[in-house]
Amino acid sequence: MSNYTEDELAQDLEQQEYKFGFTTDIESDQAPKGLNEDIIRFISAKKEEPKWLLENRLEAFALWKTMDEPNWAHVKYEKPDFQDITYYSAPKQSKKYESWDDVDPEMKETMKKLGISMEEQKRLTGTNVAVDFVMDSVSVATSFKSKLKELGIIFCSFSEAVQDYPELVKKYMGTVVPASDNFYAALNSAVFTDGSFCYIPKGVRCPMELSTYFRINEGGTGQFERTLVVADEDSYVSYLEGCTAPQRDENQLHAAVVELIAMDNAEIKYSTVQNWYPGDKNGVGGIFNFVTKRGICGTNAKVSWTQVETGSAVTWKYPSCILKGDNSVGEFYSVAVTNNYQQADTGTKMIHLGKNTKSTIISKGISAGKSHNSYRGLVQIHKNASNARNFSQCDSLLMTDESGAHTFPYIECKNSSAKIEHEATTSKIGEDQIFYCLQRGISEEKAIGLIVNGYCKEVLNQLPMEFAVEAQKLLTISLEGSVG
Amino acid sequence: MTELTKNNINFKSDLQPTTITVSEHDKQKALAVLQNTPLPTTRVEAWKYTRVAKLGKIDFVNNSATIDNISSYVIDDTNCSFVFINGHFSKEHSSQKIPAGVSITLLSEVNSPLEASSLKLEGEVFNAMNTAHLTGGLQIDIAPNALIETPVQIIHILKGDNILANFKTIVNAEKSAQAEIIQGFFSESGEHNFCNSTSEINVAENAVLRIDKIQYESEKSFHISTEQVQQDKNSNFRINTFTLNGGLVRNNLNIDVNGQNCETHLNGAYLLKNKQHVDNHSVVDHKVAHCESHELYKGVIDDNSTAVFNGKVFVRPDAQKINAFQSNGNVLLSDSATINSKPELEIYADDVKCSHGSTTGQLDEEAIFYLRARGLSEKSARHLMVSAFIGDVLDKITNENIKTYTHRLLNDRFGWEF
Repeated sequence: MSNYTEDELAQDLEQQEYKFGFTTDIESDQAPKGLNEDIIRFISAKKEEPKWLLENRLEAFALWKTMDEPNWAHVKYEKPDFQDITYYSAPKQSKKYESWDDVDPEMKETMKKLGISMEEQKRLTGTNVAVDFVMDSVSVATSFKSKLKELGIIFCSFSEAVQDYPELVKKYMGTVVPASDNFYAALNSAVFTDGSFCYIPKGVRCPMELSTYFRINEGGTGQFERTLVVADEDSYVSYLEGCTAPQRDENQLHAAVVELIAMDNAEIKYSTVQNWYPGDKNGVGGIFNFVTKRGICGTNAKVSWTQVETGSAVTWKYPSCILKGDNSVGEFYSVAVTNNYQQADTGTKMIHLGKNTKSTIISKGISAGKSHNSYRGLVQIHKNASNARNFSQCDSLLMTDESGAHTFPYIECKNSSAKIEHEATTSKIGEDQIFYCLQRGISEEKAIGLIVNGYCKEVLNQLPMEFAVEAQKLLTISLEGSVG
Repeated sequence: MTELTKNNINFKSDLQPTTITVSEHDKQKALAVLQNTPLPTTRVEAWKYTRVAKLGKIDFVNNSATIDNISSYVIDDTNCSFVFINGHFSKEHSSQKIPAGVSITLLSEVNSPLEASSLKLEGEVFNAMNTAHLTGGLQIDIAPNALIETPVQIIHILKGDNILANFKTIVNAEKSAQAEIIQGFFSESGEHNFCNSTSEINVAENAVLRIDKIQYESEKSFHISTEQVQQDKNSNFRINTFTLNGGLVRNNLNIDVNGQNCETHLNGAYLLKNKQHVDNHSVVDHKVAHCESHELYKGVIDDNSTAVFNGKVFVRPDAQKINAFQSNGNVLLSDSATINSKPELEIYADDVKCSHGSTTGQLDEEAIFYLRARGLSEKSARHLMVSAFIGDVLDKITNENIKTYTHRLLNDRFGWEF
């Protein structure tokens, strides 16, 4: 391997096709393309939703019509035609699955390819993963529900929650990300089809990692997920979210909203591995990922975001924390990898309102191919947030001379006792580092993998065990061939 | 009020006509911009933290004025100093002993119209206003291979109410030339004065140019300055900006690094109190390989004042082996003070070392205790700490006279005693 050059490596990587690109053939129950009040009524009726929710949707839609698509992000793409999207698509089935055995075998196969391996999980009941699997827009299988129920934990699909716990949904939905927040949040509030809902009662420590796998399946289907996690006082939950999508040539739009509410002394840990179809090596196709994620903290509460972003053609995502309660803590750990023509504009917002609030931002960007990777973050210390503390570190690694790495931090401070540190660096893998590895008999490709993994370690260490393995695999898949 | 500027800045009708001829192309363009572009609002990204709407509410004039004694404004006792009052040249106070190798011309005495400007006019109201309604200006040419030891000093003083001074400095440092320029901006008296200054600076191959800029205007004045710098290969450009007083100050530094092996140094210190607003914007555009740039800005923000720092570094495709560093440090002394810091990197080449850092904090109470335990008063201890913090930037001044002068201004304004 001694004469395996960086260029060859880059070529290998480019040629590597998206490993999870396959389509499941299931008849689906689709709404006609386009967006208008009737479609929203159709979705709401399909979901058998209560009247207040329909009204919320219509309000959000009215608001959305007055909004403009944001264009401040450092990304270029052809704006989606919102009238050319199917806003509802559900795998065709008349009844809910009673047990795992009833699940369509083809769907089981899909999950297997994704590495979810529900069956393995079933065998290993007692190991700690519960999966709320979302294929297209409807949740098809939920496990461990009864076990969670014993503890009073509610973990179900969003539409179930609307049916079974309407008062909880009504109370918390839209309190962190209101429909008026931004263009995509308004769109999501109007047309969301499903998602996950999680409620941890007072004083309960959720004994297992909760996870959802999202998958976009139907060609040309926009998926609008809505996730709401409420951790009541003194509770703890670790929530995992991961995604892969099949290969499509048409750009697919994904505009999700995630709301986290951590009440006094509660802690929410939210981890994401995102591996949607990034488009082929010429930049054709791929998912548009425009997500609004935000958490709010009560006194002594903590919200921690960890994300590994390797997919999507265009990513526009800023998981944020509102540190409202005194002594609350916000964390953001991110690895964003872009290759070929991918573009990512991602970062976080830390809004310090309470006293003695703390936030940590660790962002690692890796740009390969002709991709562009931007960090955009806001640290805002309000007037009454005495003794607020922030530490931010944003590192970028450039793999090729055609890629770009950009940093746009906004630091706004109105309190004299705040301490804010921000640091950013941009560089490529040192030739001396590679040389050192080569000298010790490690091939160039492996050396790059090693260095990249080490570079991301700070973030990967934050992931729950189950995810860390998958994330490392993803990094290797996204970079092993694609690192130049 | 002239019709030409109805959308943004107002002039009284008795505006004195300019005696400087700007190239017809620039003039037309500038007038068109003025007519079509409103004053920037905070919705414009570059002006996100700075409100200039107040400027639209004043009827400006550009009267000349006289001042009896300017000795307190002389920064360096050099024999080569040019004094402008309200943007108009004051022959009386200027001592024009120009060192050999330098030629200095008043723009009003240049016979041919000014050449096309390197300033960006589209969408830039203040540049356009400067170009279209120039009050005064100076062109400094430094001959090839000239090594100028005496700094060229330009002193701007504003006097009277509602004064608008549109000033332009053109500096051409020819091949292998070496020179230093000192710029001082002061107010004698009056309210709502507006100094709108632009500079076009060309640093040729192997040239070394250093600019020290001291801003000490009144808290009721406005100051917007734009430096457009072009650097040719192997050149070295350094600018130190000290903002010690001023109501609303905005400094734009645009550095185009066009040749390889260049060095660029941008340093700045800002000390604010009361309701001051100081905004430092810089863009270093690395267009070619093998260059380095260093940026160090530090500020102390007290009372209800607001400081803004926005530094941007571009590394264009194929501009490899760039080392670009940016650092911004802030100390907030009051809970009503605000700092908005936005260090940005946009990098399109891979073999680079770029970093930026930004910190915000306060004086270390333990260090203050240490000093107090050694007999310093609380006040002196704090002043010592602040001066040590700002000292990093003040130390970048190599000219002792400027250093002494700056310390005197700091004493006057902040009552430093130690």
